[in-house]
Amino acid sequence: MACISPDGKPTESGSKMLRALQAGSKSPEEIARDTGLPLFMVRSGLRELSQAGLADQKEDRYKLSEKGAKLIK
Amino acid sequence: MEEIKEQTGHMPRIGEPAPAFESVTTHGVLKLEDFKGSWLILFSHPADFTPVCTTEFIAFTEIHPKLQKRGVELLGLSVDSVSSHIAWVRNVEEKTGVKIPFPIIADLNKEVALAYGMIHPGQSKTETVRCVFIIDPNQKIRTILYYPLTTGRNMDEILRIIDALQTTDKNAVATPANWRPGDKVVVPPPNTQEMAEERLKQGYECIDWYLCKKKL
Repeated sequence: MACISPDGKPTESGSKMLRALQAGSKSPEEIARDTGLPLFMVRSGLRELSQAGLADQKEDRYKLSEKGAKLIK
Repeated sequence: MEEIKEQTGHMPRIGEPAPAFESVTTHGVLKLEDFKGSWLILFSHPADFTPVCTTEFIAFTEIHPKLQKRGVELLGLSVDSVSSHIAWVRNVEEKTGVKIPFPIIADLNKEVALAYGMIHPGQSKTETVRCVFIIDPNQKIRTILYYPLTTGRNMDEILRIIDALQTTDKNAVATPANWRPGDKVVVPPPNTQEMAEERLKQGYECIDWYLCKKKL
């Protein structure tokens, strides 16, 4: 897992993506631009964050889930 | 015959869609589609902790900023485990100060290696040879290079091919032998007699109607 450590905590890149989502729903391209992470890493990371229940996907946009919001508070 | 096919897998060709994959890498699980919209250089190496491969990884890292300026991502591959890849890139950094910035696929079951024809049993039945697949933003294979186990790749040529492909896509031209950015490009040959006659009046530098060059 690139975005979530085995202990369930987000890695540095995972935290960057979650923080980018604090401002509202975003596309992977917008998150890549805001975080400076390569787009392929963002796409892969968003899959992980969604599977871990930290982000919700609606079509091509992602937003923080309640669990994700609590985690980065 | 079947045995050879089992050992080598599918041999992809230029112009075909790049075979899809979902693989464990040093940067997490990556799918081919994660790279959509970017150019991608997918390259294989025979094994971690080997001398020629180490020089190549350092060389790929050196051209990484130039590739990024051109919108190109790098993705390595060998049939080693992800733990081996991690140990190797850490060792390279410790011994040379070079931090490998791109992901490496751990293709333990050879799924990707077989889909891309990276195993050449005449060289090795277990390791991948040195392949380079240049895949465009639409995920079509645009260039394939194969190098033997004993010959390290030429980074200048890889950069030159990227520049040539991007110039071709942007300007609908071809590039002549030994072309470098800034050199004249080849105007696509005319395909009717009328166009051939007109071509010679268009002010290009022409050897004849079928070989005309222009400055971009």
